[in-house]
Amino acid sequence: MKIFMSKTFFRGVLIFNSAIILIPVFFLLNSSLRETSDFARTPLKLATDPAWGNFAAVWQDGNFATYLKNSVIVTGGSLVLILLCALGAGFVLGRYDFRGHSLIMAFVLSGMLVPAKLMILPLFIQLKWMHLLNSHLGLILVYAAGALPAAIFIMSGFFRSLPADLDNAARIDGASEFQLLRRVLTPLVRPGLAIVAIYSAIPIWNDFFLPLVFLQDPEKKTIMQGLTMFFGQYSSQWGVLFAGLTLAALPLIVLYLILSEQFIKGLTAGAVKG
Amino acid sequence: MKLSGIKREQRKFRWLLLSPGLLIIIIFTSIPALTTLSYAFFEWKGFVRGSWAGFENFNRLFSFPFRDQFLMAFRHNTLVFIAIMVLQTSFGLLIAYALFNLTRGQRFFRTVTFLPVIFSLVIVGYMWQILLDPYYGPINLIVNELGQPTWARAWLGDTATALPTLVFINLWRWVGFPAIIFLAGLNAISTDYIEAARIDGASEGKIFRKILFPLLAPSMTIITVLTFIGAFEWFDLPYILGGSNGSPAGATDTLALMFYRLSFGSVDSGANEVGVGSALGVIIFTVVGVGAAVGTKLLRRREVEM
Repeated sequence: MKIFMSKTFFRGVLIFNSAIILIPVFFLLNSSLRETSDFARTPLKLATDPAWGNFAAVWQDGNFATYLKNSVIVTGGSLVLILLCALGAGFVLGRYDFRGHSLIMAFVLSGMLVPAKLMILPLFIQLKWMHLLNSHLGLILVYAAGALPAAIFIMSGFFRSLPADLDNAARIDGASEFQLLRRVLTPLVRPGLAIVAIYSAIPIWNDFFLPLVFLQDPEKKTIMQGLTMFFGQYSSQWGVLFAGLTLAALPLIVLYLILSEQFIKGLTAGAVKG
Repeated sequence: MKLSGIKREQRKFRWLLLSPGLLIIIIFTSIPALTTLSYAFFEWKGFVRGSWAGFENFNRLFSFPFRDQFLMAFRHNTLVFIAIMVLQTSFGLLIAYALFNLTRGQRFFRTVTFLPVIFSLVIVGYMWQILLDPYYGPINLIVNELGQPTWARAWLGDTATALPTLVFINLWRWVGFPAIIFLAGLNAISTDYIEAARIDGASEGKIFRKILFPLLAPSMTIITVLTFIGAFEWFDLPYILGGSNGSPAGATDTLALMFYRLSFGSVDSGANEVGVGSALGVIIFTVVGVGAAVGTKLLRRREVEM
Protein backbone atom coordinates (compact mmCIF):
# COMPACT_ATOMS: atom_id res chain seq x y z
CA MET A 1 0.00 0.00 0.00
CA LYS A 2 2.77 2.37 0.96
CA ILE A 3 4.38 2.17 -2.47
CA PHE A 4 1.16 3.41 -4.13
CA MET A 5 1.28 6.61 -2.12
CA SER A 6 4.95 7.44 -2.71
CA LYS A 7 6.24 10.35 -4.77
CA THR A 8 8.11 7.87 -6.97
CA PHE A 9 4.91 6.07 -7.83
CA PHE A 10 3.13 9.30 -8.77
CA ARG A 11 6.07 10.45 -10.83
CA GLY A 12 6.03 7.05 -12.56
CA VAL A 13 2.31 7.39 -13.34
CA LEU A 14 2.83 10.81 -14.88
CA ILE A 15 5.85 9.77 -16.91
CA PHE A 16 3.99 6.71 -18.22
CA ASN A 17 0.96 8.84 -19.10
CA SER A 18 3.12 11.45 -20.83
CA ALA A 19 4.84 8.74 -22.87
CA ILE A 20 1.50 7.32 -24.04
CA ILE A 21 0.42 10.81 -25.09
CA LEU A 22 3.66 12.10 -26.61
CA ILE A 23 4.92 9.02 -28.48
CA PRO A 24 2.01 8.88 -30.96
CA VAL A 25 2.26 12.66 -31.48
CA PHE A 26 6.00 12.39 -32.04
CA PHE A 27 5.44 9.45 -34.39
CA LEU A 28 3.00 11.60 -36.39
CA LEU A 29 5.46 14.51 -36.67
CA ASN A 30 8.39 12.21 -37.44
CA SER A 31 6.57 10.22 -40.11
CA SER A 32 5.44 13.40 -41.86
CA LEU A 33 9.12 13.92 -42.75
CA ARG A 34 9.71 10.47 -44.23
CA GLU A 35 9.36 9.14 -47.77
CA THR A 36 6.38 6.83 -48.20
CA SER A 37 8.56 3.96 -49.44
CA ASP A 38 10.93 4.33 -46.47
CA PHE A 39 8.04 4.43 -44.08
CA ALA A 40 6.48 1.26 -45.49
CA ARG A 41 9.73 -0.64 -44.99
CA THR A 42 10.67 0.70 -41.54
CA PRO A 43 7.81 2.61 -39.92
CA LEU A 44 9.62 3.17 -36.65
CA LYS A 45 12.80 4.89 -37.83
CA LEU A 46 13.77 8.49 -37.16
CA ALA A 47 13.52 10.97 -40.02
CA THR A 48 17.26 11.67 -40.20
CA ASP A 49 16.96 12.91 -43.77
CA PRO A 50 13.78 15.03 -43.66
CA ALA A 51 11.55 14.70 -46.73
CA TRP A 52 10.04 18.19 -46.89
CA GLY A 53 8.47 17.20 -50.20
CA ASN A 54 5.50 15.72 -48.31
CA PHE A 55 4.51 19.17 -47.12
CA ALA A 56 4.99 20.64 -50.58
CA ALA A 57 2.73 17.90 -51.98
CA VAL A 58 0.04 18.65 -49.41
CA TRP A 59 0.20 22.36 -50.04
CA GLN A 60 -0.05 22.00 -53.82
CA ASP A 61 -2.49 19.15 -54.28
CA GLY A 62 -4.66 19.06 -51.23
CA ASN A 63 -6.49 22.40 -51.54
CA PHE A 64 -5.09 22.89 -48.09
CA ALA A 65 -4.59 26.64 -48.43
CA THR A 66 -8.27 27.06 -49.35
CA TYR A 67 -9.40 24.84 -46.48
CA LEU A 68 -7.24 26.71 -44.00
CA LYS A 69 -8.50 30.07 -45.25
CA ASN A 70 -12.11 28.87 -44.91
CA SER A 71 -11.50 27.60 -41.39
CA VAL A 72 -9.99 30.94 -40.42
CA ILE A 73 -13.01 32.78 -41.87
CA VAL A 74 -15.56 30.52 -40.17
CA THR A 75 -13.80 30.35 -36.79
CA GLY A 76 -12.88 34.05 -36.82
CA GLY A 77 -16.35 35.16 -37.92
CA SER A 78 -18.06 33.01 -35.28
CA LEU A 79 -15.67 34.28 -32.64
CA VAL A 80 -16.30 37.98 -33.37
CA LEU A 81 -20.05 37.40 -33.33
CA ILE A 82 -19.95 35.34 -30.12
CA LEU A 83 -17.69 37.79 -28.26
CA LEU A 84 -19.73 40.86 -29.26
CA CYS A 85 -23.09 39.29 -28.41
CA ALA A 86 -21.83 37.74 -25.17
CA LEU A 87 -20.19 41.00 -24.09
CA GLY A 88 -23.43 42.93 -24.56
CA ALA A 89 -25.80 40.33 -23.16
CA GLY A 90 -23.41 39.44 -20.33
CA PHE A 91 -23.19 43.12 -19.35
CA VAL A 92 -26.97 43.52 -19.23
CA LEU A 93 -27.57 40.25 -17.38
CA GLY A 94 -24.66 40.73 -15.00
CA ARG A 95 -25.11 44.45 -14.17
CA TYR A 96 -28.77 45.39 -14.65
CA ASP A 97 -31.67 44.34 -12.52
CA PHE A 98 -35.01 44.40 -14.32
CA ARG A 99 -38.29 42.53 -14.67
CA GLY A 100 -37.82 39.39 -16.73
CA HIS A 101 -34.14 39.12 -15.84
CA SER A 102 -34.39 35.62 -14.40
CA LEU A 103 -36.68 34.51 -17.22
CA ILE A 104 -34.10 35.55 -19.83
CA MET A 105 -31.33 33.91 -17.82
CA ALA A 106 -33.33 30.67 -17.64
CA PHE A 107 -33.92 30.82 -21.40
CA VAL A 108 -30.21 31.30 -22.07
CA LEU A 109 -29.32 28.39 -19.79
CA SER A 110 -31.89 26.13 -21.48
CA GLY A 111 -29.99 26.73 -24.73
CA MET A 112 -27.04 24.86 -23.23
CA LEU A 113 -29.13 21.69 -22.94
CA VAL A 114 -29.99 21.32 -26.61
CA PRO A 115 -27.47 19.23 -28.52
CA ALA A 116 -26.83 20.75 -31.97
CA LYS A 117 -26.44 17.33 -33.59
CA LEU A 118 -30.03 16.36 -32.89
CA MET A 119 -31.34 19.49 -34.61
CA ILE A 120 -29.30 18.93 -37.72
CA LEU A 121 -32.30 18.16 -39.94
CA PRO A 122 -34.52 21.14 -39.16
CA LEU A 123 -31.40 23.32 -39.26
CA PHE A 124 -30.56 21.94 -42.69
CA ILE A 125 -34.07 22.63 -44.01
CA GLN A 126 -34.21 26.04 -42.31
CA LEU A 127 -30.83 27.12 -43.71
CA LYS A 128 -31.91 25.99 -47.17
CA TRP A 129 -35.05 28.07 -46.85
CA MET A 130 -33.03 31.08 -45.65
CA HIS A 131 -30.54 30.60 -48.53
CA LEU A 132 -27.79 30.10 -45.97
CA LEU A 133 -26.95 26.54 -46.94
CA ASN A 134 -23.52 26.09 -48.46
CA SER A 135 -22.48 29.45 -47.02
CA HIS A 136 -19.95 30.42 -44.39
CA LEU A 137 -22.39 32.90 -42.87
CA GLY A 138 -24.95 30.15 -42.23
CA LEU A 139 -22.33 28.03 -40.53
CA ILE A 140 -21.13 31.01 -38.46
CA LEU A 141 -24.66 31.72 -37.23
CA VAL A 142 -25.23 28.09 -36.24
CA TYR A 143 -21.90 27.93 -34.39
CA ALA A 144 -22.67 31.22 -32.64
CA ALA A 145 -26.06 29.93 -31.53
CA GLY A 146 -24.41 26.83 -30.11
CA ALA A 147 -21.70 28.67 -28.18
CA LEU A 148 -23.65 31.75 -27.05
CA PRO A 149 -25.62 30.31 -24.12
CA ALA A 150 -22.44 29.25 -22.29
CA ALA A 151 -20.61 32.39 -23.45
CA ILE A 152 -23.34 34.71 -22.13
CA PHE A 153 -23.46 32.74 -18.89
CA ILE A 154 -19.69 33.01 -18.38
CA MET A 155 -19.61 36.73 -19.26
CA SER A 156 -22.53 37.61 -16.99
CA GLY A 157 -20.63 35.93 -14.16
CA PHE A 158 -17.56 38.06 -14.85
CA PHE A 159 -19.62 41.26 -15.04
CA ARG A 160 -21.43 40.43 -11.81
CA SER A 161 -18.16 39.92 -9.93
CA LEU A 162 -17.08 43.56 -10.53
CA PRO A 163 -17.88 46.04 -7.72
CA ALA A 164 -21.09 48.07 -8.21
CA ASP A 165 -19.32 51.28 -7.20
CA LEU A 166 -17.53 51.33 -10.56
CA ASP A 167 -20.80 51.95 -12.40
CA ASN A 168 -21.96 54.69 -10.09
CA ALA A 169 -18.60 56.45 -10.12
CA ALA A 170 -18.57 56.40 -13.93
CA ARG A 171 -22.18 57.64 -14.09
CA ILE A 172 -21.47 60.48 -11.67
CA ASP A 173 -18.56 61.44 -13.90
CA GLY A 174 -21.11 61.71 -16.70
CA ALA A 175 -20.38 58.52 -18.61
CA SER A 176 -23.21 57.14 -20.72
CA GLU A 177 -24.15 53.47 -20.35
CA PHE A 178 -22.29 52.72 -23.56
CA GLN A 179 -19.15 54.50 -22.34
CA LEU A 180 -19.44 52.67 -19.02
CA LEU A 181 -19.42 49.34 -20.85
CA ARG A 182 -16.86 50.30 -23.47
CA ARG A 183 -14.29 52.19 -21.38
CA VAL A 184 -14.73 51.05 -17.78
CA LEU A 185 -16.01 47.48 -17.70
CA THR A 186 -14.80 45.85 -20.93
CA PRO A 187 -11.11 46.16 -20.01
CA LEU A 188 -11.90 44.54 -16.65
CA VAL A 189 -13.66 41.48 -18.12
CA ARG A 190 -10.85 40.68 -20.56
CA PRO A 191 -9.96 37.41 -18.75
CA GLY A 192 -13.59 36.35 -19.26
CA LEU A 193 -13.42 37.20 -22.95
CA ALA A 194 -10.26 35.10 -23.27
CA ILE A 195 -11.99 32.11 -21.66
CA VAL A 196 -15.04 32.53 -23.90
CA ALA A 197 -12.80 32.87 -26.96
CA ILE A 198 -10.98 29.60 -26.31
CA TYR A 199 -14.11 27.79 -25.13
CA SER A 200 -15.85 28.68 -28.41
CA ALA A 201 -13.07 28.77 -30.98
CA ILE A 202 -11.38 25.40 -30.37
CA PRO A 203 -14.47 23.22 -30.90
CA ILE A 204 -15.43 25.29 -33.97
CA TRP A 205 -11.96 24.98 -35.49
CA ASN A 206 -11.94 21.24 -34.76
CA ASP A 207 -15.49 20.48 -35.92
CA PHE A 208 -16.10 18.49 -39.08
CA PHE A 209 -19.74 17.53 -38.60
CA LEU A 210 -21.61 20.75 -39.38
CA PRO A 211 -19.44 21.56 -42.44
CA LEU A 212 -19.96 17.96 -43.60
CA VAL A 213 -23.72 18.52 -43.64
CA PHE A 214 -23.94 22.21 -44.54
CA LEU A 215 -21.09 22.83 -47.01
CA GLN A 216 -20.99 20.92 -50.29
CA ASP A 217 -19.02 23.36 -52.44
CA PRO A 218 -15.38 22.17 -52.46
CA GLU A 219 -14.21 25.79 -52.48
CA LYS A 220 -15.98 26.41 -49.16
CA LYS A 221 -14.89 23.39 -47.15
CA THR A 222 -13.09 23.77 -43.82
CA ILE A 223 -9.81 22.16 -42.85
CA MET A 224 -11.17 19.28 -40.75
CA GLN A 225 -13.83 18.49 -43.33
CA GLY A 226 -11.19 18.77 -46.06
CA LEU A 227 -8.98 16.35 -44.18
CA THR A 228 -11.67 13.64 -44.45
CA MET A 229 -11.61 13.98 -48.26
CA PHE A 230 -7.85 14.28 -48.39
CA PHE A 231 -7.58 11.02 -46.49
CA GLY A 232 -9.54 9.09 -49.08
CA GLN A 233 -7.57 10.69 -51.90
CA TYR A 234 -4.07 9.88 -50.60
CA SER A 235 -4.87 6.62 -48.83
CA SER A 236 -1.65 4.91 -49.93
CA GLN A 237 0.75 7.84 -49.68
CA TRP A 238 1.67 7.65 -46.02
CA GLY A 239 4.18 10.47 -46.00
CA VAL A 240 1.67 12.90 -47.52
CA LEU A 241 -1.09 11.75 -45.15
CA PHE A 242 1.12 12.36 -42.13
CA ALA A 243 2.14 15.76 -43.47
CA GLY A 244 -1.53 16.67 -43.97
CA LEU A 245 -2.42 15.63 -40.42
CA THR A 246 0.58 17.53 -39.07
CA LEU A 247 -0.31 20.70 -40.98
CA ALA A 248 -3.86 20.53 -39.68
CA ALA A 249 -2.78 19.87 -36.09
CA LEU A 250 0.19 22.22 -35.87
CA PRO A 251 -1.53 25.62 -35.53
CA LEU A 252 -3.38 24.51 -32.39
CA ILE A 253 -0.37 22.67 -30.93
CA VAL A 254 1.78 25.80 -31.24
CA LEU A 255 -0.93 28.04 -29.77
CA TYR A 256 -1.46 25.56 -26.97
CA LEU A 257 2.22 25.46 -26.07
CA ILE A 258 2.23 29.27 -25.79
CA LEU A 259 -1.12 29.66 -24.01
CA SER A 260 -1.57 26.31 -22.24
CA GLU A 261 -2.93 27.80 -19.00
CA GLN A 262 -5.58 29.81 -20.87
CA PHE A 263 -6.46 26.79 -23.01
CA ILE A 264 -6.96 24.58 -19.98
CA LYS A 265 -9.04 27.23 -18.22
CA GLY A 266 -11.07 27.95 -21.34
CA LEU A 267 -11.83 24.37 -22.30
CA THR A 268 -12.84 23.35 -18.78
CA ALA A 269 -14.95 26.53 -18.29
CA GLY A 270 -18.40 25.56 -17.17
CA ALA A 271 -17.18 22.37 -15.53
CA VAL A 272 -15.05 24.13 -12.90
CA LYS A 273 -16.43 26.84 -10.65
CA GLY A 274 -14.40 30.06 -10.42
CA MET B 1 -34.85 63.23 -12.16
CA LYS B 2 -31.30 62.22 -13.01
CA LEU B 3 -31.95 58.65 -11.89
CA SER B 4 -35.00 58.19 -14.10
CA GLY B 5 -32.92 59.41 -17.01
CA ILE B 6 -30.43 56.65 -16.38
CA LYS B 7 -33.24 54.13 -16.05
CA ARG B 8 -34.68 55.18 -19.39
CA GLU B 9 -31.28 54.99 -21.05
CA GLN B 10 -30.74 51.58 -19.51
CA ARG B 11 -34.03 50.26 -20.83
CA LYS B 12 -33.17 51.23 -24.41
CA PHE B 13 -29.63 50.00 -24.06
CA ARG B 14 -30.77 46.74 -22.46
CA TRP B 15 -32.68 45.50 -25.48
CA LEU B 16 -30.12 46.80 -27.92
CA LEU B 17 -27.46 44.66 -26.25
CA LEU B 18 -29.59 41.63 -25.43
CA SER B 19 -31.42 41.17 -28.70
CA PRO B 20 -28.62 40.12 -31.09
CA GLY B 21 -27.55 37.21 -28.90
CA LEU B 22 -31.09 36.20 -27.99
CA LEU B 23 -32.25 36.37 -31.61
CA ILE B 24 -29.42 34.12 -32.79
CA ILE B 25 -30.24 31.59 -30.07
CA ILE B 26 -33.97 31.72 -30.87
CA ILE B 27 -33.56 31.37 -34.64
CA PHE B 28 -30.77 28.78 -34.71
CA THR B 29 -31.44 26.79 -31.53
CA SER B 30 -34.95 27.22 -30.12
CA ILE B 31 -36.88 27.06 -33.39
CA PRO B 32 -34.99 24.02 -34.80
CA ALA B 33 -35.25 22.28 -31.42
CA LEU B 34 -39.03 22.68 -31.44
CA THR B 35 -39.33 21.72 -35.12
CA THR B 36 -37.25 18.59 -34.60
CA LEU B 37 -39.85 17.56 -32.04
CA SER B 38 -42.69 18.19 -34.46
CA TYR B 39 -40.94 16.34 -37.32
CA ALA B 40 -41.28 13.10 -35.40
CA PHE B 41 -45.07 13.27 -35.68
CA PHE B 42 -45.34 13.70 -39.45
CA GLU B 43 -44.99 11.46 -42.48
CA TRP B 44 -42.00 12.27 -44.68
CA LYS B 45 -41.05 11.66 -48.29
CA GLY B 46 -37.38 12.56 -48.56
CA PHE B 47 -37.17 16.09 -47.18
CA VAL B 48 -40.81 16.87 -47.93
CA ARG B 49 -43.25 16.82 -45.04
CA GLY B 50 -46.49 14.85 -45.48
CA SER B 51 -49.54 14.46 -43.25
CA TRP B 52 -49.85 14.06 -39.48
CA ALA B 53 -48.66 10.61 -38.42
CA GLY B 54 -49.24 10.50 -34.67
CA PHE B 55 -46.91 7.97 -33.08
CA GLU B 56 -46.44 6.00 -36.30
CA ASN B 57 -42.74 6.96 -36.59
CA PHE B 58 -42.11 5.74 -33.05
CA ASN B 59 -43.92 2.48 -33.86
CA ARG B 60 -41.76 2.00 -36.92
CA LEU B 61 -38.59 2.72 -34.95
CA PHE B 62 -39.55 -0.07 -32.57
CA SER B 63 -40.41 -2.64 -35.25
CA PHE B 64 -38.46 -4.48 -37.95
CA PRO B 65 -35.89 -3.53 -39.31
CA PHE B 66 -35.12 -0.50 -37.14
CA ARG B 67 -35.79 -2.19 -33.81
CA ASP B 68 -32.73 -4.47 -33.92
CA GLN B 69 -30.46 -1.63 -35.04
CA PHE B 70 -31.82 0.57 -32.28
CA LEU B 71 -31.33 -2.06 -29.58
CA MET B 72 -27.78 -2.85 -30.71
CA ALA B 73 -26.83 0.83 -30.90
CA PHE B 74 -28.38 1.47 -27.50
CA ARG B 75 -26.41 -1.45 -26.06
CA HIS B 76 -23.19 -0.02 -27.53
CA ASN B 77 -23.86 3.43 -26.07
CA THR B 78 -24.54 1.90 -22.67
CA LEU B 79 -21.37 -0.23 -22.78
CA VAL B 80 -19.34 2.77 -23.90
CA PHE B 81 -20.74 4.88 -21.05
CA ILE B 82 -19.81 2.22 -18.49
CA ALA B 83 -16.34 1.66 -19.98
CA ILE B 84 -15.55 5.38 -20.23
CA MET B 85 -16.90 6.00 -16.75
CA VAL B 86 -14.72 3.27 -15.22
CA LEU B 87 -11.53 3.84 -17.25
CA GLN B 88 -11.54 7.58 -17.88
CA THR B 89 -12.67 8.49 -14.38
CA SER B 90 -10.25 6.23 -12.52
CA PHE B 91 -7.25 7.12 -14.71
CA GLY B 92 -8.25 10.79 -14.61
CA LEU B 93 -8.44 10.67 -10.82
CA LEU B 94 -5.12 8.84 -10.56
CA ILE B 95 -3.41 11.42 -12.78
CA ALA B 96 -5.04 14.30 -10.90
CA TYR B 97 -3.91 12.90 -7.56
CA ALA B 98 -0.40 12.35 -8.90
CA LEU B 99 -0.30 15.95 -10.17
CA PHE B 100 -1.67 17.17 -6.84
CA ASN B 101 1.18 15.46 -4.97
CA LEU B 102 3.86 16.79 -7.26
CA THR B 103 6.03 19.59 -5.94
CA ARG B 104 8.12 20.13 -9.08
CA GLY B 105 7.24 19.83 -12.76
CA GLN B 106 3.49 20.08 -12.26
CA ARG B 107 3.13 22.57 -15.09
CA PHE B 108 4.89 20.34 -17.62
CA PHE B 109 2.84 17.25 -16.78
CA ARG B 110 -0.40 19.24 -16.70
CA THR B 111 0.32 20.64 -20.16
CA VAL B 112 1.11 17.19 -21.59
CA THR B 113 -1.91 15.55 -19.93
CA PHE B 114 -4.30 18.07 -21.45
CA LEU B 115 -2.65 18.16 -24.90
CA PRO B 116 -4.86 15.56 -26.66
CA VAL B 117 -8.01 17.41 -25.57
CA ILE B 118 -7.18 20.24 -27.99
CA PHE B 119 -6.83 17.87 -30.96
CA SER B 120 -9.63 17.58 -33.46
CA LEU B 121 -11.22 14.12 -33.36
CA VAL B 122 -10.55 13.96 -37.11
CA ILE B 123 -6.82 14.14 -36.43
CA VAL B 124 -7.01 11.80 -33.44
CA GLY B 125 -9.05 9.29 -35.42
CA TYR B 126 -6.82 9.23 -38.50
CA MET B 127 -3.62 9.21 -36.44
CA TRP B 128 -4.78 6.10 -34.59
CA GLN B 129 -6.07 4.51 -37.76
CA ILE B 130 -2.52 4.62 -39.12
CA LEU B 131 -0.96 3.59 -35.80
CA LEU B 132 -3.29 0.58 -35.72
CA ASP B 133 -2.95 -0.35 -39.39
CA PRO B 134 -2.82 -4.17 -39.58
CA TYR B 135 0.27 -4.24 -41.86
CA TYR B 136 2.26 -1.04 -41.48
CA GLY B 137 0.97 0.16 -38.13
CA PRO B 138 3.61 0.46 -35.42
CA ILE B 139 1.33 -1.11 -32.81
CA ASN B 140 1.27 -4.47 -34.58
CA LEU B 141 4.98 -4.15 -35.42
CA ILE B 142 5.79 -3.68 -31.76
CA VAL B 143 3.57 -6.61 -30.82
CA ASN B 144 5.48 -8.75 -33.35
CA GLU B 145 8.83 -7.48 -32.04
CA LEU B 146 7.77 -8.54 -28.58
CA GLY B 147 7.48 -12.05 -29.96
CA GLN B 148 3.71 -12.21 -29.68
CA PRO B 149 2.56 -12.28 -33.33
CA THR B 150 -0.74 -13.89 -32.33
CA TRP B 151 -1.65 -10.67 -30.49
CA ALA B 152 -1.42 -8.66 -33.69
CA ARG B 153 -4.76 -8.06 -35.32
CA ALA B 154 -6.84 -5.66 -37.39
CA TRP B 155 -7.85 -3.76 -34.27
CA LEU B 156 -10.44 -1.60 -35.98
CA GLY B 157 -11.54 -4.20 -38.53
CA ASP B 158 -12.31 -7.03 -36.13
CA THR B 159 -15.85 -7.01 -34.70
CA ALA B 160 -14.50 -8.25 -31.37
CA THR B 161 -11.94 -5.46 -30.89
CA ALA B 162 -13.40 -2.50 -32.84
CA LEU B 163 -15.53 -1.02 -30.06
CA PRO B 164 -12.96 -1.54 -27.25
CA THR B 165 -10.34 0.06 -29.54
CA LEU B 166 -12.59 3.09 -30.05
CA VAL B 167 -13.03 3.33 -26.29
CA PHE B 168 -9.25 3.26 -25.87
CA ILE B 169 -8.77 6.04 -28.46
CA ASN B 170 -11.47 8.03 -26.70
CA LEU B 171 -9.59 7.50 -23.43
CA TRP B 172 -6.36 8.74 -25.03
CA ARG B 173 -8.05 11.87 -26.30
CA TRP B 174 -10.18 12.70 -23.23
CA VAL B 175 -8.46 11.52 -20.04
CA GLY B 176 -6.87 14.95 -19.51
CA PHE B 177 -10.30 16.49 -19.09
CA PRO B 178 -11.43 14.65 -15.93
CA ALA B 179 -7.84 14.87 -14.69
CA ILE B 180 -7.91 18.68 -14.80
CA ILE B 181 -11.42 18.83 -13.28
CA PHE B 182 -10.36 16.55 -10.42
CA LEU B 183 -7.14 18.51 -9.94
CA ALA B 184 -9.15 21.74 -9.65
CA GLY B 185 -11.39 19.96 -7.13
CA LEU B 186 -8.39 18.75 -5.10
CA ASN B 187 -6.83 22.21 -5.12
CA ALA B 188 -10.08 23.67 -3.79
CA ILE B 189 -9.93 21.46 -0.67
CA SER B 190 -8.51 23.33 2.30
CA THR B 191 -5.08 22.04 3.30
CA ASP B 192 -6.21 22.39 6.95
CA TYR B 193 -8.17 19.14 6.64
CA ILE B 194 -5.19 17.28 5.25
CA GLU B 195 -2.75 18.65 7.80
CA ALA B 196 -5.09 18.00 10.71
CA ALA B 197 -5.48 14.38 9.59
CA ARG B 198 -1.72 14.01 9.21
CA ILE B 199 -1.15 15.31 12.73
CA ASP B 200 -3.67 12.75 13.95
CA GLY B 201 -1.48 10.12 12.30
CA ALA B 202 -3.70 9.16 9.36
CA SER B 203 -1.89 7.45 6.46
CA GLU B 204 -1.87 9.10 3.01
CA GLY B 205 -4.13 6.34 1.69
CA LYS B 206 -6.60 6.91 4.47
CA ILE B 207 -6.54 10.68 3.90
CA PHE B 208 -7.40 10.08 0.25
CA ARG B 209 -10.21 7.64 0.98
CA LYS B 210 -11.78 9.38 3.96
CA ILE B 211 -11.21 13.06 3.21
CA LEU B 212 -10.20 13.87 -0.35
CA PHE B 213 -12.40 11.42 -2.24
CA PRO B 214 -15.64 12.37 -0.43
CA LEU B 215 -14.84 16.08 -0.88
CA LEU B 216 -14.34 15.48 -4.62
CA ALA B 217 -18.03 14.59 -4.98
CA PRO B 218 -18.93 17.82 -6.83
CA SER B 219 -16.24 17.11 -9.46
CA MET B 220 -17.48 13.53 -9.68
CA THR B 221 -21.03 14.76 -10.33
CA ILE B 222 -19.89 16.97 -13.21
CA ILE B 223 -17.70 14.26 -14.75
CA THR B 224 -20.43 11.62 -14.51
CA VAL B 225 -23.08 13.83 -16.06
CA LEU B 226 -20.80 15.06 -18.86
CA THR B 227 -19.65 11.49 -19.56
CA PHE B 228 -23.26 10.33 -19.73
CA ILE B 229 -24.19 13.07 -22.20
CA GLY B 230 -21.05 12.43 -24.26
CA ALA B 231 -21.55 8.66 -24.35
CA PHE B 232 -25.17 8.81 -25.50
CA GLU B 233 -24.39 11.40 -28.17
CA TRP B 234 -21.18 9.63 -29.23
CA PHE B 235 -20.72 10.34 -32.93
CA ASP B 236 -17.44 11.87 -34.13
CA LEU B 237 -14.95 9.11 -33.35
CA PRO B 238 -17.14 6.17 -34.51
CA TYR B 239 -18.05 8.12 -37.65
CA ILE B 240 -14.44 8.89 -38.57
CA LEU B 241 -13.17 5.36 -37.90
CA GLY B 242 -16.18 3.21 -38.79
CA GLY B 243 -18.23 5.38 -41.16
CA SER B 244 -21.95 6.01 -40.78
CA ASN B 245 -22.71 2.26 -40.83
CA GLY B 246 -20.63 1.57 -37.74
CA SER B 247 -18.35 -0.86 -39.54
CA PRO B 248 -17.17 -3.55 -39.17
CA ALA B 249 -20.65 -5.11 -39.43
CA GLY B 250 -22.29 -2.57 -37.14
CA ALA B 251 -19.88 -3.37 -34.30
CA THR B 252 -19.33 0.33 -33.64
CA ASP B 253 -22.86 1.53 -34.36
CA THR B 254 -24.28 4.15 -32.00
CA LEU B 255 -27.60 5.93 -31.59
CA ALA B 256 -26.18 9.14 -33.09
CA LEU B 257 -24.84 7.26 -36.15
CA MET B 258 -28.22 5.62 -36.66
CA PHE B 259 -29.85 9.05 -36.33
CA TYR B 260 -27.48 10.39 -39.01
CA ARG B 261 -28.22 7.48 -41.38
CA LEU B 262 -31.96 7.87 -40.96
CA SER B 263 -31.73 11.63 -41.47
CA PHE B 264 -29.50 11.75 -44.54
CA GLY B 265 -29.64 8.22 -45.93
CA SER B 266 -27.07 5.51 -45.41
CA VAL B 267 -24.16 4.74 -47.73
CA ASP B 268 -25.74 1.57 -49.14
CA SER B 269 -29.45 2.34 -49.31
CA GLY B 270 -29.40 6.07 -50.00
CA ALA B 271 -33.04 6.66 -49.00
CA ASN B 272 -33.61 8.60 -45.80
CA GLU B 273 -36.33 8.29 -43.18
CA VAL B 274 -36.74 11.76 -41.71
CA GLY B 275 -39.76 10.82 -39.59
CA VAL B 276 -38.17 7.76 -37.98
CA GLY B 277 -34.89 9.67 -37.59
CA SER B 278 -36.64 12.52 -35.79
CA ALA B 279 -38.42 10.02 -33.54
CA LEU B 280 -35.00 8.59 -32.68
CA GLY B 281 -33.71 12.14 -32.09
CA VAL B 282 -36.54 12.78 -29.63
CA ILE B 283 -35.67 9.53 -27.84
CA ILE B 284 -31.96 10.33 -27.64
CA PHE B 285 -32.74 13.81 -26.32
CA THR B 286 -35.13 12.36 -23.72
CA VAL B 287 -32.61 9.73 -22.57
CA VAL B 288 -29.84 12.33 -22.30
CA GLY B 289 -32.05 14.98 -20.67
CA VAL B 290 -33.74 12.69 -18.16
CA GLY B 291 -30.52 10.80 -17.43
CA ALA B 292 -28.55 14.00 -16.84
CA ALA B 293 -31.28 15.52 -14.65
CA VAL B 294 -31.82 12.40 -12.53
CA GLY B 295 -28.07 11.77 -12.33
CA THR B 296 -27.37 15.30 -11.16
CA LYS B 297 -30.09 15.07 -8.52
CA LEU B 298 -28.89 11.71 -7.17
CA LEU B 299 -25.20 12.60 -7.25
CA ARG B 300 -25.73 16.00 -5.60
CA ARG B 301 -27.06 14.14 -2.56
CA ARG B 302 -23.70 12.59 -1.80
CA GLU B 303 -21.91 15.93 -2.00
CA VAL B 304 -20.93 17.16 1.46
CA GLU B 305 -20.53 20.76 2.52
CA MET B 306 -16.96 21.88 3.00
